[in-house]
Amino acid sequence: MTAEHPSQDHLISVLVRDEPRVLTRITELFGRRGYNIKSLSVGATEAPGVSRMTFVVGGSKGIVEQAIRQVEKLHDIIKVIDHGLEKFVDRELVLVKVRITPETRVEVRQIAEDFRARIVDVGRHALTFEATGDEGKITAFIEQMRPFGIIETMRTGRVALTRGSNADIPSHVYHDGQTQALEPQAREQQAREVGNLF
Amino acid sequence: MTGFNGARALWATLAAHGVGTVFGYPGGAIMPVYDALTFHPEVRHILARHEQGAIHAAEGWAKATGQLGVVLATSGPGATNLVTGLADAMMDSIPLLAITGNVAQHLIGTDAFQEADITGITLPVTKHNYVVRSADALPGIIAEAIFIARSGRPGPVLVDIPKDVQLAAFGGMIPDPHARPAPLAPRADAVERALEVLRAARKPVLMVGGGSQDASADITALARAWQIPTITTLMGLGAFPASDPLWLGMPGMHGSVAANRAISEADVLLGIGLRFDDRVTGRVNGFAPNARIIHVDIDAAEIGKIVTAHLPVRGDAALTARALMDGATPLLSHEWRAQIEDWKGRNTPPRAWGAAYGVKAITDRLAPDDILSTDVGQHQMLAAQLARFEKPRRWLTSGGLGTMGFGFPAAIGAALTQPDVRSVVIAGDGGFQMTAQEFATLTKYDVRNVKIAIINNSFLGMVRQWQELFHERRYSEVYLGDSNPDFLKLADAYGIRGYRASNADELPGAIDAWLADPRSSLLEVVVPNEHGVFPMVPAGAALHEMIETEPQRQQEGATK
Ligand SMILES: Cc1ncc(C[n+]2csc(CCOP(=O)(O)OP(=O)(O)O)c2C)c(N)n1
Repeated sequence: MTAEHPSQDHLISVLVRDEPRVLTRITELFGRRGYNIKSLSVGATEAPGVSRMTFVVGGSKGIVEQAIRQVEKLHDIIKVIDHGLEKFVDRELVLVKVRITPETRVEVRQIAEDFRARIVDVGRHALTFEATGDEGKITAFIEQMRPFGIIETMRTGRVALTRGSNADIPSHVYHDGQTQALEPQAREQQAREVGNLF
Repeated sequence: MTGFNGARALWATLAAHGVGTVFGYPGGAIMPVYDALTFHPEVRHILARHEQGAIHAAEGWAKATGQLGVVLATSGPGATNLVTGLADAMMDSIPLLAITGNVAQHLIGTDAFQEADITGITLPVTKHNYVVRSADALPGIIAEAIFIARSGRPGPVLVDIPKDVQLAAFGGMIPDPHARPAPLAPRADAVERALEVLRAARKPVLMVGGGSQDASADITALARAWQIPTITTLMGLGAFPASDPLWLGMPGMHGSVAANRAISEADVLLGIGLRFDDRVTGRVNGFAPNARIIHVDIDAAEIGKIVTAHLPVRGDAALTARALMDGATPLLSHEWRAQIEDWKGRNTPPRAWGAAYGVKAITDRLAPDDILSTDVGQHQMLAAQLARFEKPRRWLTSGGLGTMGFGFPAAIGAALTQPDVRSVVIAGDGGFQMTAQEFATLTKYDVRNVKIAIINNSFLGMVRQWQELFHERRYSEVYLGDSNPDFLKLADAYGIRGYRASNADELPGAIDAWLADPRSSLLEVVVPNEHGVFPMVPAGAALHEMIETEPQRQQEGATK
């Protein structure tokens, strides 16, 4: 797909059978096609034998649409959800270890409180905070702490769920409905006239 | 005698699924399976001389019949020798089951003798793959693997079986084959929109790909009902009869003038079962610049991957073609017909003695039921341009991967499907030597219906052509003439008779003798080397920028 759409981040969740190599299959597919994975989190779901992965992939809308179609073809994939088509909630968790001195200790704790971050470890020269929130909040928290001296951080990557009950999910999430994002710009006009139908 | 173990369960499962022939090569990690074979005479095993020969033969079998091809190999080097064939089957959507042995489970991951992580290696070139963890699970996995290989867009599936699993006592059940899913019908509203676009077309073109081989009858009816000029891609050759006046030939890099011009001028392009390979499209933004594109494919990921479809239709090729028959009325205008006829007249027939001349003389002798397989290179493109196929599944070529060494073993595989059908292979002197050892397979099984033609131009011809056109004739490492074997003697060493023609006068007699030979036989056609394949769309150019005939400069060079 040679579309000239601007590159942006896309949030995709994939429900998979919990089998060896499933993660490799997906990441290999992304890697081979040159799609860079910006973050990835994996965990079990409420259903036995089913895992859920959340990917943040950079690229144009067309590229991401193509990536999703390729992933949908893999045998161990149960469902792919493009959160760009949905209202969703997403969260990320970060651990931040910040340097403190007697002079900065109070200020650091105050900022953490503003971000509703919790202290999970206390040292003589450092405090470790845990914060959750959307990506923007996490980034802002880290930026606020940076002047004091960040010793290390670990972010989990985003996790996401579609808002509302499953019954609210429009049919195209189950890929039997309309699909968008097929057209390079040059043909967009025509395409709009005719419409895209699978 | 072996008890009923995993290995026996494997054969019983294959037999239960109707697998009557497998191709393969034994080795340490698959010996229990070969041992168990002696108890299962209901399955015929064909021993190739290299795993690559075995898997290409399985591909040829599958391509000629549309049925599953099955190949067997040992672990490590045996398994890795399958990789090229798996990639080939993946690219050309061939239903294939590859079964490999592996070291015992407790040795996996220890770099044991002849261990290779074949499921890891083949991840990108298989539709799916498995490691079997217990004998009892084996039949279920085989059943699922066969189902995956054959459903939707077909492809290769690999099942890796550790040796201890082959030897473990079997207490499971042999399952019945999975029912194949009903072919996917296109959505009614998509069909309705496509019909609207078709009805308004003034210069329509139908483009038919390899995914249409089993939809040939419906697609032919569709083209005739609407009177749409029809192009068959390299993989689609035979899906529409070449004798029909609506047929325009093949598109793309070495496509016909008519096909490429028609694409460039079309206002509606209906593509069925094709994936717009870059060798077909040329420069993508110059492809079908005026056309609304209706793209019909079973694989959603192919739609919009390269060329934007204004109207994507996901569905089975035959069902969709049938649906598009609704209210068909002839569309072919006088102007469009005249234009097409003019372009068709511009296909230049082969001139004097050369590869094209030889290929044409051979393909002119094909009967509609004959299977034609090729290797990769100039002879392949010439055969695709010059052969006239009336039926589907008569043309075997490595399209997507362009695998040298494919043609000969694939022809053997196809020949074994129907002993009374002639299986002709046209190969180059270069590619033939990649799997020439499969002469032995012909001899071992007394396969009598393979007719091999080597177009010997003493060069890696297609590479030489590119060096000539794009590298100022610096012929780097493409000359074979100083070291080629005497192909007739080589064949003779395996008990295969050979015939040779070195000029136009000798050719008819040599072809007659070659075809009349009651056994499989070889024809060597010795041709001058400085001939190119034209028309040609240079890489990166648009289809309308095609070079229609061989440039004068080279014609002079060729007469030396
Ligand atoms: C396995 C493999 N290696 C290399 C190539 C690159 N290649 C494409 S065509 C060609 C030349 C083929 O020469 P030959 O078999 O003599 O056929 P000709 O072109 O002369 O008809 C080569 C080397 C390939 N397609 N496959």
